[in-house]
Amino acid sequence: MSASRVLFDEPGPIARRRMRIAGIVAIVAVAALSALAVRRFADHGQLDADKWRPYTTWPMWRYLLEGLWATIRAAIVATALSMAGGIVLALGRLSRRRALRWSATGYIEVMRTVPVLLLVYLVLFGLPHYGVDLPLFWKLVLPLSVSASAVFAEIFRAGILSLDRGQREAGLAVGLTDTQTMRLIVLPQAVRRLLPSLVSQSVGLLKDTSLGFIVSYSELLYSGRVLASYNRLLIQTYIIIALVYIVLNASLSKLARTLEARQGFRPTGRRSVRTLLRARAGADARL
Amino acid sequence: MDVVLRHLSAFTDGITTTLELTALSFAGALLIGVVVAALRVSPVAALRGVGTVYVETFQNTPLLVLLVLFVFGLPEVGVIFPLFTTAVIVIALYEAAYIAEAVRSGINTVSIGQAEAARALGLTFGQSLRLVILPQALRGVVQPIGNIFIALTMNTSLAAAVGVVELTSAANRVNLLEAQPIPVFVGAGLGYMVICAVAGLLTGVIERKVAIVR
Repeated sequence: MSASRVLFDEPGPIARRRMRIAGIVAIVAVAALSALAVRRFADHGQLDADKWRPYTTWPMWRYLLEGLWATIRAAIVATALSMAGGIVLALGRLSRRRALRWSATGYIEVMRTVPVLLLVYLVLFGLPHYGVDLPLFWKLVLPLSVSASAVFAEIFRAGILSLDRGQREAGLAVGLTDTQTMRLIVLPQAVRRLLPSLVSQSVGLLKDTSLGFIVSYSELLYSGRVLASYNRLLIQTYIIIALVYIVLNASLSKLARTLEARQGFRPTGRRSVRTLLRARAGADARL
Repeated sequence: MDVVLRHLSAFTDGITTTLELTALSFAGALLIGVVVAALRVSPVAALRGVGTVYVETFQNTPLLVLLVLFVFGLPEVGVIFPLFTTAVIVIALYEAAYIAEAVRSGINTVSIGQAEAARALGLTFGQSLRLVILPQALRGVVQPIGNIFIALTMNTSLAAAVGVVELTSAANRVNLLEAQPIPVFVGAGLGYMVICAVAGLLTGVIERKVAIVR
């Protein structure tokens, strides 16, 4: 918002009138587009009440909510696993031992450029070939965690590096070992600072659980597929599923933003680059 | 590795499709993304609202849900495109939300004097955005947009789930024929890694070329 204040003056009467006209044009355009879409739906009979009525009944929603619960379970387990993996990898990449540093770096760089779907296919069609047949839940969660731990590793590394060097030096100065300093001084502060990024990355993971569609693990999207092949209400089902995802993820993203806004006021050490940038933009706007 | 060589044409076809999918949807995403970013900083509240709703919708829906909705859902209301075109449109719409956010953060870092100077010269909002702010904002976000490009490349693999035969799908088909998962999937993975490495290098080159030294 701060920048947009800069891009235009406090509007005078003519500008205000022009803005009002532009606003009305925009609203009319959006309304026309929506009308077109509704018309399209109506023409093909997709707005008929009996095509939407099933979604006002409880059994339908219970089925979808069960799918949603499976989505959330998979997302939570995958997030926990990949956060743990991410911390280990980040520490590995920052380690003084060359072998450790190189293998962690290699893992992170490879996993950041290989699509999750490829890993899912590998687990789905590759592992059984070698006699490893995981339960459906793990067929989804394992590739997700393997891939996401690389992303989390980079987040943790950035957080650890953004911390003031004095923190670590002070830890060592009072006689803590390297490990103790990392565990007691550096990590707690880094994690607190990273909370917003971690939450928004978890939203990404939650979105990725929709790959259950391919694994046929009955999370939300796969439940929708089953439902749609049963009641033939394709577009209705998928629209409702998209809406459920939007509501869930938008609230999580909102949480991330709230955490970030609260963090701005915490006077700890050197602030993250992001808050610094933001603070600068804010200061500029006040000039 | 000779499995990969035996099915080399399948792999090269797959890579070609992946590259086409990536290039076309990235071009679309860049275009839509810049427009949406412009909407989000505009003085008109209704336009800002449209921009915000766009970004929130597409950032919070899984790409796979959008693909499934567009590929299997839209024909129900008579909107039928070829499969490949649909995939390009969906990926472009989805990644545009991320590009818009990157560009908007770039707009935030353009120094205030630039906007003030533009206004002092009497440029309108549209002119100052188009001629002064956006060119500088885009130069500042080459790195983030490069990262989005890499994410987009990896996301094109999801088109395999709705039936586009790109690299991931090609690898899967070869594996179903040959049952040699490790070399096949490693081969496909290497393909993606090469694309991403090239993209990363290019990003660095472009960034050095256009970066504004302040």
